[in-house]
Amino acid sequence: MGKTLAEKIWDDHIVRSAQGEPDLLYIDLQLVHEVTSAQAFDGLRLAGRKVRRPDLTIATEDHNTPTIDILKPIADPVSKLQIDTLRNNAKEFGLRIHSLGDADQGVVHVVGPQLGITQPGMTIVCGDSHTSTHGAFGAIAFGIGTSEVEHVLATQTLLSSRPKTMAINVEGRLKPGVTAKDIILAIIAQIGTGGGQGYIIEYRGSAIRDLSMEGRMTVCNMSIEAGARAGLIAPDQKTFDYIKGKPHAPEDFETAQKYWQTLFTDSDSKFDLEITLDADVLEPFVTWGTNPGQGLPLNGSVPNPADIKDSEERGAAERALEYMGLTAGTPLKKIAIDTVFLGSCTNGRIEDLRAAASVLEGKKIAPKLRMLVVPGSERVRQQAMKEGLDKVFLDFGAEWRNAGCSMCLGMNPDQLSVGERAASTSNRNFEGRQGKGGRTHLVSPLVAAATAIRGTLSSPADL
Amino acid sequence: MEKFVRHTGTAIPLRRSNVDTDQIIPAVYLKRVTRSGFEDGLFAAWRNDPEFVLNQPQYKSGTILVAGPEFGTGSSREHAVWALQNYGFKVVISSRFADIFRGNSLKGGLLTVILPQDAVEAIWSAIESNPMTSITVDLETRTVSYGAATVAFELDDYTRWRLMEGLDDIGLTLKHTDAIDSFEAKRPAYKPLTLPIRI
Repeated sequence: MGKTLAEKIWDDHIVRSAQGEPDLLYIDLQLVHEVTSAQAFDGLRLAGRKVRRPDLTIATEDHNTPTIDILKPIADPVSKLQIDTLRNNAKEFGLRIHSLGDADQGVVHVVGPQLGITQPGMTIVCGDSHTSTHGAFGAIAFGIGTSEVEHVLATQTLLSSRPKTMAINVEGRLKPGVTAKDIILAIIAQIGTGGGQGYIIEYRGSAIRDLSMEGRMTVCNMSIEAGARAGLIAPDQKTFDYIKGKPHAPEDFETAQKYWQTLFTDSDSKFDLEITLDADVLEPFVTWGTNPGQGLPLNGSVPNPADIKDSEERGAAERALEYMGLTAGTPLKKIAIDTVFLGSCTNGRIEDLRAAASVLEGKKIAPKLRMLVVPGSERVRQQAMKEGLDKVFLDFGAEWRNAGCSMCLGMNPDQLSVGERAASTSNRNFEGRQGKGGRTHLVSPLVAAATAIRGTLSSPADL
Repeated sequence: MEKFVRHTGTAIPLRRSNVDTDQIIPAVYLKRVTRSGFEDGLFAAWRNDPEFVLNQPQYKSGTILVAGPEFGTGSSREHAVWALQNYGFKVVISSRFADIFRGNSLKGGLLTVILPQDAVEAIWSAIESNPMTSITVDLETRTVSYGAATVAFELDDYTRWRLMEGLDDIGLTLKHTDAIDSFEAKRPAYKPLTLPIRI
C-alpha cells in the first residue's frame, strides 16, 4: 500500500524507531523566538550542552516586541529582559538572529518562508503552535513546548509518536470575496476545536490547489485551532516558483525539485479520516464566540444557545455570549466594532495587505473606529511601502506599524481594553487573548477592511 | 525531573470546557525568563472573582485539578504547565487534552490523566459534596481512586516508565548520538542551512 504525504515525510526523518517507544525524528529546522526559548537555553547551560546544529536554527524577535519606536529602548523592563536574554543566548550559542530593525525581523512564521528556508519535505519546529503555517510548502511543521525546544537544540531530534492522518478535501471554486481564511474558519466550525486532535491534516482538492502560497499558509496556520498536530499541502509548481529566487533556495534547485515532486499522497494510500467541504457554497466567515470553532457565515445571526443539543457546547455558548456581550438572534452584520487589527502570522503577509488596501483605497475609516495595520515582517513592510500601501492605510485613517505579533496575542502594548470589540485577522478569539476583557471576532483581511469602512462586521459586497 | 509514582491529595472542580492556554496563563504573564514564579498568572482573568473555584476556601489546598473537556487548547506555551505546577498542582484530570499541552505536561512531570466524561462528572460530584475527599492517582496501577471508587486510566508504557523514573528525555536521546550522526551523514546536500547567511 502507498503512503500519504505526511507518512512519506515522517518516514524520511526517522532516526530511530523501537517498539513501544516514540519515534526519534530528525528536525531539519528550528525557529526560535524570545518567549519560549529562555528556559531552554538555561537548561543547556546547566547541563553544559551546546546547540548541536546552529546552522539549522534561526531566531527572531516577534511576540513581545513593540510596533512603534522600535529602535528606542523597550519601556517595559520585563519585556526588555526577555529580548535581551534572546540576544545574549544567540550570541553565546552562535545562532543567527534577526533583531528589531533588521530587514528580516518579523513574525517567525513569516520570516522562514520569505527567506526560502521553509521547503517541501522538511520537518520544522518552533516553540509556537502556529508553526503549522510552514506545512503550506509540504513540510511537517508543528509547535512544541520549551522542554522540546531544548531537546531539539541539544540533539536536533525530537521524540514523537506517529500521528494519524486526516484528509480535508475542499472541492469547487470560491466565490469572489471568499478567501483562504473563510475556508479554514468554516473547517474549524465543522470539525470543532478538538476535531483534529492526534492528526496531521492534509488539505486537498481544487479549491486548495487554486490558492496562492500565501493563502495556503493561512489555511495551514490555523490547523492547530482545530486541535491538529500539523497541517500540510502537497507541493506543486506554485510552491517551487515561490521558493525559486529566495535567498536560501537550494543552489542545486533541480535535484531538490526532483525530490519535492515525489511528495504527494499515493493514490493507493489510506487516510485515517476523510472530510469534504464544498467551496462553491462558502461565504465570508466570522466568529461570534470565544473559541475559533464558534463561527458562522457573515450573513447569519448570533446563535441561540437553547438550540444547541449538546449540553457542554450549550454551556460554552452561553458563557461565550455573556463574555462577548452579544444577544442571540442579532444579525452578525449589526455588530459594531471598535478596533480592526490587520496582521499576524495568519494574515500579515503582503497579499493580505494588498487585499485590504484594495478595499480601503479612497475611503475613510468609520467614526471612532481605530485600525492597526501590522505587517508580518520588516520585509513585508518594506514591500508594502514600495507599493504605496502604507499611504493607502494612512490616508484611510489606519495606523501603520512595525512588524511583530502585536495585537494577535496582546503581549506587547498593542492590546484591547475591557469590553473593546475587535474584528481581527488573527487566529484566536479566546477570552482576553487580545487584552484582558477584550472581545475578538476573527475575520479575513477583506472583511476586516470592509468592517473598518462601515463600522459593523461587513464584507466588501456590503459596500 | 521529580519521580512520579503516586500522588494523594484533594481536588478542585473546574467545570468548564475548552479552557485554553490563554485562560491558563495570559500572554502578558509569559515574560519571565525562569521556570518559576508563574503561579500569579494562573487563570489570571478569573482570579479576581471571589466565586472562582480556586478562591473558595474549601478548595485552598487542592493539588489535583479536575477540568472539563478540551483542556489546554491553543498555544504551545509550556508556561501553562509551569503555572499549574508553580501553583501546586501535581495532576490534571480531564476527558480530553489538547495535544501540545498534554505533551508538555508529561515532559515536565505534571501528570495529565484522561478519564471518560462520566468518570469526570462523578469526581466533580464527589468533591463538590465533600471537598476534603482524598484522591489517589497511582501511576503504578494506572488508577484514580477515591472513596469506594477506583477508575483505571491509560498511559503508554514508555511515558509511564519515564515519569516513574523521573528521567529527562535529552539524556535518553543522547544515548543514541551514533544513530543521529549516521542519519546526519546521509542528509541530502540540498537541505537548507541557516548559516552562512545568504541575502
